[in-house]
Amino acid sequence: MSALRILVPVKRVKPRVNKAQTAVETAGVKHSMNPFDELSIEESVRIREKKSYPHGVSEIIAFTCGPPKSADILRTAMAMGADRSIHVETKEGDEIEPLSVAKLLRAVVQKEKVDLVVLGKQSIDDDAGQTGQMLAGLLGWAQATQASKVSFEGDGKGVVVEKEVDGGTETTRSHLPMVVTADLRLNEPRYASLPNIMKAKKKKIEKITAEELGVDLGKRLKTLKVIGKWKWKRKWILNMGLDGTSANTIFAEPPPRQGGGKVEDVDGMITKLKELGAI
Amino acid sequence: MIPRAGHSVLRQARTQLKRRTGPAPVASLSALARLLSSLAVLEQKDGKLNHGSLGAVTAAQKLGGSIIGFVAGGNIKAVAEEAAKVSGIEKIIAVDNAAYDKGLPENYAPLLVENIKKGGFTHIIAGHTAFGKSLMPRVAALLDVQQISDITAIEDEKTFIRPVYAGNAIATVESSDDIKIITIRGTAFAAAEAEGGSASIEDGVDPKAECTTEWVSENLAKSDRPDLATAGKVVSGGRGLKSKEDFDRIMLPLADALGAAVGASRAAVDSGYADNSLQVGQTGKVVAPQLYLCAGISGAIQHLAGMKDSKVIAAINKDADAPIFQVADIGLVGDLFDKVPELTEKLKQ
Repeated sequence: MSALRILVPVKRVKPRVNKAQTAVETAGVKHSMNPFDELSIEESVRIREKKSYPHGVSEIIAFTCGPPKSADILRTAMAMGADRSIHVETKEGDEIEPLSVAKLLRAVVQKEKVDLVVLGKQSIDDDAGQTGQMLAGLLGWAQATQASKVSFEGDGKGVVVEKEVDGGTETTRSHLPMVVTADLRLNEPRYASLPNIMKAKKKKIEKITAEELGVDLGKRLKTLKVIGKWKWKRKWILNMGLDGTSANTIFAEPPPRQGGGKVEDVDGMITKLKELGAI
Repeated sequence: MIPRAGHSVLRQARTQLKRRTGPAPVASLSALARLLSSLAVLEQKDGKLNHGSLGAVTAAQKLGGSIIGFVAGGNIKAVAEEAAKVSGIEKIIAVDNAAYDKGLPENYAPLLVENIKKGGFTHIIAGHTAFGKSLMPRVAALLDVQQISDITAIEDEKTFIRPVYAGNAIATVESSDDIKIITIRGTAFAAAEAEGGSASIEDGVDPKAECTTEWVSENLAKSDRPDLATAGKVVSGGRGLKSKEDFDRIMLPLADALGAAVGASRAAVDSGYADNSLQVGQTGKVVAPQLYLCAGISGAIQHLAGMKDSKVIAAINKDADAPIFQVADIGLVGDLFDKVPELTEKLKQ
């Protein structure tokens, strides 16, 4: 057995929609890495730092598929501890479906001889929750989704993962090579320190096209319309955007839920609960 | 390859069916079935059918066409018989093999793929549960299909509605894949009637794929209270509860007074006040009960994503400006440590 080669796919989550809801706002909006992907970078770096895998980690490769600006989050991933990056560039506004991303990842896994892929469990823009499972299926590898704890057995082969399932947790044992997707409670991602941000600038981002990887990015799903209700809140990590900016995307305001006002006291609450037939 | 059924062909078939009064002759039913047939992937645990997974049958009924149920596991006969009684299902495909008991996707996905190919189904539907979420995308990849996750409504056989951005936007998507692989949001499709059906039971094909993963153990929160995902009433506590002891002391009696399930915000879960299986929100459970009563929850967007389809929302919070009051039908400004026990007492009377 040799040292682990880990691949960490990350996604830049998109900007918000402007108040007029007519287009995607790109100017002056902070983009960020999908929070679940921060967890997967952190976990990969910890496997190296804690030497939890008996043969060590030889390389952590960050990957993204997205417009040129996605390089920002690759820099973030490298500042957190990834060694180098691979970037499949797409046009701004092009949506790449999970199945296509999984195919790109399969090609990268084979090219770079990766034995562990750690992804986030879902992206907070599309909320699909598919890419990791699709990749595992395409490769014929074991998968462990929604991981809250990952540990390696002494023989360097077995991987024990505690997963979040409905009503609690479930523990399974798999063998490398495998795919793991990170859930919220897997770890607490670190902040990139300034020296590490500076160091990350020297790390390499390799640009590669989908054609070179032999993957067709054709879409199977067409978004007919998106109806959104957008609020502006500075503190959210949720940078909202819309699925594509193609001509067939229509923006409209859905009927927002109206608050029903306040009651004075507990008796008032009970009266109103009865009125509304809730109790 | 499955021939693509155009929308108009289906509509024609459906209207012909609708025009008939009384039981439709079998011939035209099977003609329609050739056009559209759904496989509802049903969940079972320890030899019992999971009734929560019957929403898949309801979704299939909205599509029209024939509905086949799928179950797999050890000693599957009892589960298959239970599933055969579900209203609306015409056939159950059952695979009897204990290797499928835990629903591990490494061998369950190839099993499904073989049965989908054999049956020529056009739509494969499962719940967006832990089982469905881990299994279905793997099946989709093996069939080279782009899955549609967590749908809340069906427009026609290729157009589906699903929330994105933590439920802040609703997308309408049209699939061009020959086979549609769909997971459904349980709160959007009520479970089909568990009685009244009389489906035939048939053995499925079993490719006996090797499973590279073994199941070790599980640690499920035991509770006598109703299940959070399906409860008619939910009481939910947030960071305002200050500690696990207070959470249990304040929220549990209220839940019991109402016969409600207990939920929690991510903040409460992360602070250790409540088990993470109780988390309501974008990354937790999505609930839509008759009543959602929350205390000490400010109403962050990710939390609202998990509960804003509740019929009645009631909130107790000491901050009159908390965003939760913008969606609550009944808001009470006050200290939950006084108000909740008072409410509990008065509800008991």
